[in-house]
Amino acid sequence: MRSGIVAEFPTVESLENAYEALARAGYTRLTTWTPFPVRKVLKRMPESMVPWIMLAAALIGGGAGYLIQWWCNARSFPINVGGRPLHSAPAFIPITFESAVLASSLVGFFVLLGFCGMPRLHHPVFEIAGFERAMIDRFWIGVDDTDPAYVDQVSEQLAEMGALRCERIARRP
Amino acid sequence: MTAHAEIPAVALPLLREEPTGGEEVLLTDESDLELTDRLLGPLWRQWPWFKYALAITGLGTLVLLLALTYTVLTGIGLWGNNIPVAWAFAIINFVWWIGIGHAGTFISAILYLFEVEWRTSINRFAEAMTLFAVIQAGLFPIFHMGRPWFAYWLIPYPSEMNVWPQFRSALPWDVVAVTTYFTVSLLFWYAGLLPDLAAARDRAPTLWRRRIYGIFALGWRGESWHWKHYRITYLVLAGIATPLVLSVHTNVSFDFAISQLPGWHSTIFPPYFVAGAIYSGFAMVLQLMIPARAVFGLQKIITRNHLDNMAKMLLVTGWVVTYAYIVEPFMAWWGGDTYEMYDMLVDRPLGPYAFVYWSVIFCNCIAVQSLWMKSWRTSPVRLWVVACLVQLGMWSERFMLIVTSLHRDFLPSSWRMYVPSWVDWTILGGTCSFFLFLFLLFLRFVPFIPISEIKEMRHAKSEEHARARFTVGRVEAPAAEVSRA
Repeated sequence: MRSGIVAEFPTVESLENAYEALARAGYTRLTTWTPFPVRKVLKRMPESMVPWIMLAAALIGGGAGYLIQWWCNARSFPINVGGRPLHSAPAFIPITFESAVLASSLVGFFVLLGFCGMPRLHHPVFEIAGFERAMIDRFWIGVDDTDPAYVDQVSEQLAEMGALRCERIARRP
Repeated sequence: MTAHAEIPAVALPLLREEPTGGEEVLLTDESDLELTDRLLGPLWRQWPWFKYALAITGLGTLVLLLALTYTVLTGIGLWGNNIPVAWAFAIINFVWWIGIGHAGTFISAILYLFEVEWRTSINRFAEAMTLFAVIQAGLFPIFHMGRPWFAYWLIPYPSEMNVWPQFRSALPWDVVAVTTYFTVSLLFWYAGLLPDLAAARDRAPTLWRRRIYGIFALGWRGESWHWKHYRITYLVLAGIATPLVLSVHTNVSFDFAISQLPGWHSTIFPPYFVAGAIYSGFAMVLQLMIPARAVFGLQKIITRNHLDNMAKMLLVTGWVVTYAYIVEPFMAWWGGDTYEMYDMLVDRPLGPYAFVYWSVIFCNCIAVQSLWMKSWRTSPVRLWVVACLVQLGMWSERFMLIVTSLHRDFLPSSWRMYVPSWVDWTILGGTCSFFLFLFLLFLRFVPFIPISEIKEMRHAKSEEHARARFTVGRVEAPAAEVSRA
């Protein structure tokens, strides 16, 4: 969210109720900032793609791991050890598995950061005094002013739903 | 900051604990703010004992560095290794340390997948233990090479020599397994830390701390999108860390199992090693956690229930290794191989290293039986003593497995005794110091109880409670008020 109205709520329940009410009223660009994941909010959001990307990374990583072993030991520099097969699939399994795990977790972690837009040490919402309580015990909800359902009266509506206060984030030039 | 326990004399809180503990403790009447401040408290306060503890372990770390430098400059002839006992201390300590790490992943990943609630208070702790233990483990094979500056030869990189690592040997498997294990543990740990680093950033009392925690928090804002991606990534990481932890010690056991040596050449090794690893790991978690919870006054977060559950895990894994101790000699006898029978039935229980064998049996199989008693499982002092015995037993087990199999193999003419040198002992002690040194730094500078997870769990629990109250028809407490707790 770049600009719009943000409102502070004292409890999870009040945030959940406000979120549901706004969603029912047709808002689609809603953001929340909470100290811990709020189930009702997450349920309304589309699924994350990270697991599929991790799966792809696992397959590519595992495949690459196997190919590297095959290339090294069976093609590039074959060494005959007591007549054992050069291309020995059972012996290649442990490293194939480990490379799959390594690739998928590295990719998963960095894709997570990328999707979350991190690292980004500063964000316009941090300028709101008292916003840091969003990491501790307060629950914030943001309504983007580019939302098609957006009306200026939303701050009054939020106050009625129990918001402690509403702040406006202005669009930057 | 009302519930902030004053720093107690170390032994005192061990004695003045509430008789029961349990899930109720998370439903204290603290607000989320007070809870956060209490859990972040150790980061902002001065702990008078800290600098002394850090100095002692730092000195030990220095001794480790000296011993390693001496080894590198002179050669590994300084160690007690000989032919036939060529692996000796280096691999004993490697297997021991890496095994200790496994309980961390077990607690953080496997128990997460099974949604075991008591894991939440201790997982960060256990994960840090994993990381630091793997660092110690990694030192041994690297220095055992004798020329550690060539360690990178283990990585398949295109070089002018055009020689590659031999991937049909178990040793390169180990390299990949341990490297992967360290990387994945680090990522998992750091991902779990992000929300708490952000909380530390936002409660930091000084600008500099705010900046430092801010940098490490990478700008975490707890946005709904953050949580959406974060939750599922964390779950998948836990899902892949689970087979990983089993595979790592399986690979370690392959170093032994795929060789021909009597006492090593056995298919029971992978599960036996994994169980032993988790056994010693849980012992180490207890060894570290019991003092830490006393010193930091965390009896309400790490409750007696936690101790009880972990003691039960010790008992279970203790029985798995006991089973392995019984099956090994049985299979030797059943298989009828002379060398194996000699190793299992004569050399281990009656040979020159019999005292090691019997201390293994005492520590790993007999001492742990005291945990059948609830009073032992929930008494921090007694449990700590048992955990120390288990740790000693598991180290001795690795000594027994490695040394007795190597020192007397097929030909009596090649038999030889093994005695570790003072450099060996110094390096072992040094790694223990280094481990504690890292752990102290972690306790001092990192939020070591997962704050956001605890808040989430508290919320879920208070919701459950509210629901339970409504269903029995007592309407006097509205849900919203209860869950504000």
